[in-house]
Amino acid sequence: MLNYILSRLLTFVPTFIGVTIISFGFIRVLPGDPIVVMAGERGLSAERYEQLSAQFGFDRPIYVQFWDYLSGVIQGDLGNSFVTKRPVWDEFFALFPATLELSICAMIFALALGLPAGVIAAVNRGKLFDRALMSTALVGYSMPIFWWALLLIIVFSGNLGWTPVSGRIDLLYYFPDPSGFMLYDSIFSGQTGAFRSALRHLVLPTVVLGTIPLAVIARQTRSAMLEVLGEDYIRTARAKGLSAGRINGIHALRNALIPVITVIGLSVGTLLAGAILTETIFSWPGIGKWMVDSIFRRDYPVVQGGLLLIAVMVMIVNLTVDMLYGIINPKIRKR
Amino acid sequence: MSIKLNLAAGLLLTALGVSAASAQTLVYCSEGSPEGFDPALYTAGTTFDASSHPIYDHLTEFKVGTTEVIPGLAESWDVSEDGKTITFKLRQGVKFHANDLFTPTRDFNADDVIFSFDRQGNSENPYNQVSGGTWEYYSGMSMPDLVESIEKVDDYTVVFHLTRPEAPFIANMAMDFASIVSKEYADAMLEAGTPEMLNQKPIGTGPFALQAYQKDAVIRYLRHDGYWGDKAKVQSLIFAITPDASVRYQKVQAGECHVMAYPNPADVQAMKDAEDIVVMEQEGLNVGYLAYNTKVAPYDNPKVRKALNMAIDKQAIIDVVFQGSGQIAKNPLPPTMWSYNEAVQDDAHDPEAAKAMLAEEGIDGLDMKIWAMPVQRPYNPNARRMAELMQEDLSKVGVNVEIVSYEWGEYLDRSKAEDRDGAVLLGWTGDNGDPDNFLAVLLGCDGVGASNRAQWCHKPFDDLIQQAKVLPTQAERAPLYEQAQVIFKEQAPWATIAHSVVYMTMRPEVEGYVVHPLGGHIFNQVGLSQ
Repeated sequence: MLNYILSRLLTFVPTFIGVTIISFGFIRVLPGDPIVVMAGERGLSAERYEQLSAQFGFDRPIYVQFWDYLSGVIQGDLGNSFVTKRPVWDEFFALFPATLELSICAMIFALALGLPAGVIAAVNRGKLFDRALMSTALVGYSMPIFWWALLLIIVFSGNLGWTPVSGRIDLLYYFPDPSGFMLYDSIFSGQTGAFRSALRHLVLPTVVLGTIPLAVIARQTRSAMLEVLGEDYIRTARAKGLSAGRINGIHALRNALIPVITVIGLSVGTLLAGAILTETIFSWPGIGKWMVDSIFRRDYPVVQGGLLLIAVMVMIVNLTVDMLYGIINPKIRKR
Repeated sequence: MSIKLNLAAGLLLTALGVSAASAQTLVYCSEGSPEGFDPALYTAGTTFDASSHPIYDHLTEFKVGTTEVIPGLAESWDVSEDGKTITFKLRQGVKFHANDLFTPTRDFNADDVIFSFDRQGNSENPYNQVSGGTWEYYSGMSMPDLVESIEKVDDYTVVFHLTRPEAPFIANMAMDFASIVSKEYADAMLEAGTPEMLNQKPIGTGPFALQAYQKDAVIRYLRHDGYWGDKAKVQSLIFAITPDASVRYQKVQAGECHVMAYPNPADVQAMKDAEDIVVMEQEGLNVGYLAYNTKVAPYDNPKVRKALNMAIDKQAIIDVVFQGSGQIAKNPLPPTMWSYNEAVQDDAHDPEAAKAMLAEEGIDGLDMKIWAMPVQRPYNPNARRMAELMQEDLSKVGVNVEIVSYEWGEYLDRSKAEDRDGAVLLGWTGDNGDPDNFLAVLLGCDGVGASNRAQWCHKPFDDLIQQAKVLPTQAERAPLYEQAQVIFKEQAPWATIAHSVVYMTMRPEVEGYVVHPLGGHIFNQVGLSQ
């Protein structure tokens, strides 16, 4: 197992270098000069432009700029945002807990409903429940997030008044030194009602962000289960007289999980993409909106630093998924 | 309890009241995060709403709801005969805020004023490079050329020596970049090795002190009880950062916020109809225009420009592009600006007459480019759509329009070129409530090749605005600007399109809110009824 993990870790190195180059290059390939964008309609004189260009270091050759960036990255310095003038690192870690908390909740929501739904659909293949479930999943998968979120807000917050419209916690609650994880902060704040308020604020964003992964997981579980249920060893198990619950739950599901876990790993990308819209609508202070704003403003340090950090997160998730394969299927780790 | 169960429990819990705050807390749903809290470093209105207005004072202030300049931290001022020396008498007994890093030991004085400007203009000042300071507004308002020196006469008297007389200078002192920061705090932070705290944990003299800021989520302020002027009406002020306009409206309806800015134009009618929602409106201090390139034939001919203007159906643009949240512009100045010339007649929409005028000038089958901005602005919410409407209008007078666009940075850059091919859609939002800030910047000879997108240098017009700039009083300056607007209309370097209408949406318990023509959202004297 250790060798397996080490070999996986080694693949990190070239990927990391690749991501560094791409994140540096990506924003610079886009047309639009950050200084001109910053000045807006007001514009600025040629001298002033030169001055700012020198201040930001744009007057140096591109490979020098890249080298600066790379050596910064190695030392853990991602530079300062052009816009807020604050270190990219600080901004990322101030916002990332919000995205992480929401993503974890959305994933738990998707798994908690998607796995059983997929198994039940597979076992009842072709029956009414299966068809209803799979059509619903298709709808969920195709739902525009923006529209879905507004619909839920109007119904549950506007008409029914069950959930708050947006934000992470009621404004009454104030934690002087937050960890950024609202559920955690609210429990340890000792303020009555804070945890409940944080939970209520999580409900709608979780449902919205979890909808697409839920649909994908349900469909993937169903098709993986169907494949496994047709295998010889399942027939053998049935012939041995094992209960349906034991066959489906242990023999079939465990083997069906490999493709499902792959999908879960890939869903991390979907979650981050979905987070951009979900965060905007629910005023959720995470990294999705931060990145989009930075691209529009041509805030080079934020875009390249943010991309790099997100890529590293995705790489860590993929590594975890690879390790899970190994745990679920011993054949993989021996390869 | 597992997280799953908790979630289920959360789903099942029905709400109590959703009101976020007591009558002592005013919640404003703002549209975005401030870039920081030192206004001099930035240029965005969202940043000024969160910093310059609640936290800081200025030597002079704009009386809220007007462009009139009134005393602020300067109790009075005196302009010398030649207009080049301005003496400010400072207010005494003004207290700065305190925070966990700093407690002031002295009141506001001349050192704070000098520091606030010196750091922006003097590259030797230790704060000049702090936080990557580019001081865009300071240089944008030509302050480096204008201010020769600043002199402290005594603790409560400061003299600005200018290189030339400049009437808008007093109004410039009320602008956001001219916020007065604490020199004592700056020195303390420099010594502690954390000068960036000046921007992150601001100390000002304003009616509210910053309590806490969580990026993209919430900004909290507490009333500054030692404030020298009229104290704030509420104990605390909260900005709930809510980027989506529909969500902001939902929050106001649900009572999660009291006030919101920038509603969707499509929602405004429903808001006006709703019983428990108050909508205020005012023309914005802006103008959206189509600038011809007056250096390139046939647009160098005023009659051709006039004819093209007559071909454009502005009412259709207001209806379609602004969805009612705009007003037809006839002058380059917005109607809330002093010296706005009400008497000027707009060009009538008359395609037949336009066609005849073009024929008179020997123009038949003209090919023309219109540049459409790639971004939304209050003065132009959808430039592409606007250009399409113009394309259709102009086709009726035999002008064949091609619409072009570039990425925003490219657009701003390329549209400055003196040999630019085509007319450009653009606009402007005023800074200091002074007509000079529109007419000189956008139409003066100095702006050719830069902010004067029409590349229009017309001596009779330029003489008037240069003359008006150095006269001491509004009463003397206004007639010259009025005359300049008449010349502008005759010469037609632009088709003036629209001024936006600014809406503010609030709950009925909000008291004393005034829409500010300069665009800021100011809550210093806003209260809540019980």
